[in-house]
Amino acid sequence: MEILEGLYYSEDHEWVRVEGDKVYVGIADYAQNALGDIVFVEFPMEGEEYEAEESVGVIESVKAVADLYTPVSGEVLEINEDLYDNPQKLNEAPYENWMIAVKLADEEELDDLMTAEEYKKFCEEEEE
Amino acid sequence: MSDNLKRTPLYQSHVDTEGKIVEFGGWEMPVQYSGVIAEHQAVRNQAGIFDVSHMVEIRVSGEDALKFLQKLLVNDLSEIEDNQVQYTMMCYPDGGVVDDLLVYRYNEDDYLLVVNASNTDKDYKWIKDKEEQGVRVVNQSDEIAEVALQGPLAEEVLQELTDFDLSTIKYFWFEDSVEIAGVEAIVSRTGYTGEDGFEIYTANEGIEKIWNAILDAGQDKGVVPVGLGARDTLRFEANLPLYGHEIGKEKNPLEAGLRYFVALDKEEEFIGQDALKEIEANGYQRKLVGLEMIDRGIPRDGYDLLKDDEKIGVVTTGSYAPTLDKNVGLGYVKTEYAEEGTEIEVQIRRRKCKAKVVALPFYRREK
Repeated sequence: MEILEGLYYSEDHEWVRVEGDKVYVGIADYAQNALGDIVFVEFPMEGEEYEAEESVGVIESVKAVADLYTPVSGEVLEINEDLYDNPQKLNEAPYENWMIAVKLADEEELDDLMTAEEYKKFCEEEEE
Repeated sequence: MSDNLKRTPLYQSHVDTEGKIVEFGGWEMPVQYSGVIAEHQAVRNQAGIFDVSHMVEIRVSGEDALKFLQKLLVNDLSEIEDNQVQYTMMCYPDGGVVDDLLVYRYNEDDYLLVVNASNTDKDYKWIKDKEEQGVRVVNQSDEIAEVALQGPLAEEVLQELTDFDLSTIKYFWFEDSVEIAGVEAIVSRTGYTGEDGFEIYTANEGIEKIWNAILDAGQDKGVVPVGLGARDTLRFEANLPLYGHEIGKEKNPLEAGLRYFVALDKEEEFIGQDALKEIEANGYQRKLVGLEMIDRGIPRDGYDLLKDDEKIGVVTTGSYAPTLDKNVGLGYVKTEYAEEGTEIEVQIRRRKCKAKVVALPFYRREK
């Protein structure tokens, strides 16, 4: 399982990449592997505002329906529309295909997320 | 996982080949190996092998076995000959379905019933409770394991492992005592995928040898192990019903589109006959239909079906269909909305998504 350095991670297996006050959110390798072949995504509308850990969309594999949560609060700036037609990219390269971009409302929320190292430990414990 | 879950003789094999194990009907079964879509395509294009040892085999024998089964089953068992297989169902007196099953006829006094694992106790009790003089009902599941080899290359691959001419086994016929890789087995030309193929039954001890031999023989031809995930998408595309979804206690075979398998006018009375005759005479309240999404979305089991905001039905199975590359579903709708081309809506979370009624099956193989 791949865990990328330099990203933040949530307990729901989302990753967060920070670029100034804009953060990109995607799903971690662990999540895509657990879901299996991803065939459908549903996104929030741009401009909508969400609280951290709120459900903002849906990811569906052949067999499963899973919520996408935003790990941080803020306004949705962009959604990755390419995934509408190519949801399998989330399986192929989960760290290269962000799902939503959010305007970070509260920088301190990042402290609640895990570093790559912490997340690695978290995954190992989940496996047990 | 819970300790009471059962494992097939192939369990370790699945773990060794990195099958993802899930709980299904009281068993620990592989849901996928390489991935549901890849496995699905392998079966459509080459062949795939399934561990279906969780299926339940019940032997019914005795001089009154035929009479006994005619009363229990909705299809007309007198229509098949020795070495033939029949798809049939057991119904409740009100016409609801106890289970669907295959019946293998050895001879007039000896039959093998293959029912769903998730219904083991219920089915066995349903049959056993009716046991009478002249009939013997025995659950042989603990001794019998089963694999299915399905796909256009199934015969070619399996033929490498036996001297028996498999081309002589026609669709829905079987042969007893066929040696596969040196192991004696029952081989039937049946399956649950919409493809040509075989189901192979043998004693627990021999199944791993057969499983490995098939994978070895098929390795260069793209034959792969297939889990329950693709088993479901394959049967769903071919419109083969699944107990608990298209059929069940509250769902009768007629509305499910299985009229062909119900011998309403069978001479011997069968359980549910009166109720089913009445439904047939009075017209169906609802019908099972195929749905294809017009809007973006995947219909899923249990989602409501709507017309002009009024609930008119419910989805029983829905998925992305790999062969069609479309999102489709099966579901019951009130009869007036069952006509092909009718536009309805599926309630997907907060959205009402457009869909239309389409012909079934979604997929039919070219012969």
